Amino acid sequence: MPSKSNKTALKASLPKTPTGISGLDEITGGGLPKGRPSLICGEAGSGKTLFSIEFIVRGATEFGEPGVIMTFEEKAEELEMNVTSLGFDLKKLQKESKIRIDHVHIDRTEIEETGEYDLDGLFIRLGYAIDSIGAKRVVLDTIENLFAGLNNLGILRAELRRLFGWLKEKGVTAIITGEKGEGSLTRQGLEEYVSDCVILLDHRVANKISTRLLRIIKYRGSLHGTNEYPFLIDEDGISVLPVTSLQLQGIVSTQKVSSGIPALDNMLGGKGFYRGSSILVSGTAGTGKTSLAAFFANATCLRKERCIYFAFEEPPLQIVRNLQSIGVNLNTHIESGLLQIHSARPTLNGLEMHLAAIHKKVKAFKPRTVILDPITNLVTVGTVSEVKSFLIRLIDFLQGENITVLFTALSLNTVVNEQTDEGVSSLVDVWLQVRDIESNGERNRGMYIMKSRGMKHSNQVREFIITDKGLDLVDVYLGQEGVLIGSAREAQLLSETTGAALRTHALTQKDKEIQRKRMVLEAKISSLQEEFDSVQDQLNKVYVEEDLKKEIMEQNRKQLTQLRTSHNSDHGKRK
Amino acid sequence: MVKESKVKKVTKGKKTAKMEEDFWELRLYVAGNTPKSVAAINNLKKYCAEHLVDKYKLEVIDLLVKPQLAAGDQILAIPTLVRKVPVPIRKIIGDLSNEEKVLVGLNIRPVKK
Repeated sequence: MPSKSNKTALKASLPKTPTGISGLDEITGGGLPKGRPSLICGEAGSGKTLFSIEFIVRGATEFGEPGVIMTFEEKAEELEMNVTSLGFDLKKLQKESKIRIDHVHIDRTEIEETGEYDLDGLFIRLGYAIDSIGAKRVVLDTIENLFAGLNNLGILRAELRRLFGWLKEKGVTAIITGEKGEGSLTRQGLEEYVSDCVILLDHRVANKISTRLLRIIKYRGSLHGTNEYPFLIDEDGISVLPVTSLQLQGIVSTQKVSSGIPALDNMLGGKGFYRGSSILVSGTAGTGKTSLAAFFANATCLRKERCIYFAFEEPPLQIVRNLQSIGVNLNTHIESGLLQIHSARPTLNGLEMHLAAIHKKVKAFKPRTVILDPITNLVTVGTVSEVKSFLIRLIDFLQGENITVLFTALSLNTVVNEQTDEGVSSLVDVWLQVRDIESNGERNRGMYIMKSRGMKHSNQVREFIITDKGLDLVDVYLGQEGVLIGSAREAQLLSETTGAALRTHALTQKDKEIQRKRMVLEAKISSLQEEFDSVQDQLNKVYVEEDLKKEIMEQNRKQLTQLRTSHNSDHGKRK
Repeated sequence: MVKESKVKKVTKGKKTAKMEEDFWELRLYVAGNTPKSVAAINNLKKYCAEHLVDKYKLEVIDLLVKPQLAAGDQILAIPTLVRKVPVPIRKIIGDLSNEEKVLVGLNIRPVKK
């Protein structure tokens, strides 16, 4: 059964008997008042009988409290038959003495009244049934039928009052059902007698789709939810769905999970979404919302985590086929049991039914990721505010379970500020916007992050491309002509590479020229060196010659001097 | 109803002979010795002695003693008089203080005093 976490949160001011009806015990803070009668009223077909039978059956099977059903309308066999479809085996329970069904038949035609009487017979029957199995729970369905069978209203009313008092004395928790009357809760004003707890069941049809609603009108001595809570009847009985959880409490995870697209993870601060967060992908038609969702599902399954994909537009096989074309093989995940795809037209049933179906599947499969594609289609079965309430409850529920949820939403409006998308934008943690960017005669996809709570995220518009290999995000080209995308971006990139090639070519040309110039210069330098050397040589030669000349002249002078002196003497001799 | 009317017609013709063939099997459900129960028993006994001499069988069932019998005859009110035979089953609830009503209810033709 569902967690009864709220049960402990609310102080038990009054002993209560859990009904076992999923959701109801949360609203009532633990169940119906123990040992007291409660009134369940509603129109025909609002589910009163089923409600009460479920109370008895759950009591007998789950809480070990035997119960007595005293029916004034249907025969025991009819009753057994009617609830078999809900998986309640009343026959077996009766054999095991866990429950007892007593059909009280009143036929006005065979009854004559004369003089004073009381309803001791009913008391005795009920008392006998209670005592024979030690019942703790009693259902009287619908006791108002007594009014049709008996004439003396004075006696009846007095006896009913006595009956409810007697039930209290017996210490059994009782449910009394009553048909809704005009201007009052029940036709015979039973609410006057049973005043501890009154629950009203309603059944409304709007837009040809019916919604069952439950409201606790009164619960003496106890806190209780006061809203109208939608509930459903399906193969597991009744489930009541609290419109919102009473408190905003949930597990908050700091762990991040990849979106399956590395470039998107980068935009989201490098690692992706927080686990347990809610993600909205909105965009106009054909912008790749489903592909994004499928990539996320794929990434979840690749992490060996489970994922449920609720598709409101396409059947599962179509999704699988379509995604194969962009390189995502969901079939392997389906086969390995990591992925479930559930497809249903939104018009199949009301929002509440959808919500309950999602609840149930999520509870059963325990996924880490849930995908709803697209939520906008749900508007066909409810008003915007209903869808919003649906999503609030869904997000509350999933966040409570720490499940990451991704919605896709189709926006018809291309003006960003007006795209409130069923007003979920304030509920979600991450909002990705995928949109068409039309320019130069082509349509391209652009993506940006509208918001992402609690993480640094890119403010850039990225071009979102879908190829055979998958999805990718590329930086848009910011050139002199503005933001370029698609072919224009490609062209720009191409022209850039051409330019680069040309530039490198030119560069090498210049290099060669420089090389050559250098060689020329070097040659020149060497020739100059030569010249310099020869000049130097020449200069040196002059010096040497000069020195030689000087030396020789010195020698000559010396020789001359010598000669002169010797000549003088010679001359003398000769003389 | 057809049968009853037939009976009536027959009793008109051969009164004493037919009356002996008719037989009333009555059950009176009570709960303890409440004034209502006691009144009902006394009233019924009086009517039977008056109108159904030797033509009836009366069983008084105290539901306080045998509560399991209450469901069988669909007893709600106390006291309840059930006419098992002749069929169809008729029930008269209350302390049976109104003789006329009881006799009409049980389809007993009163013996003229």
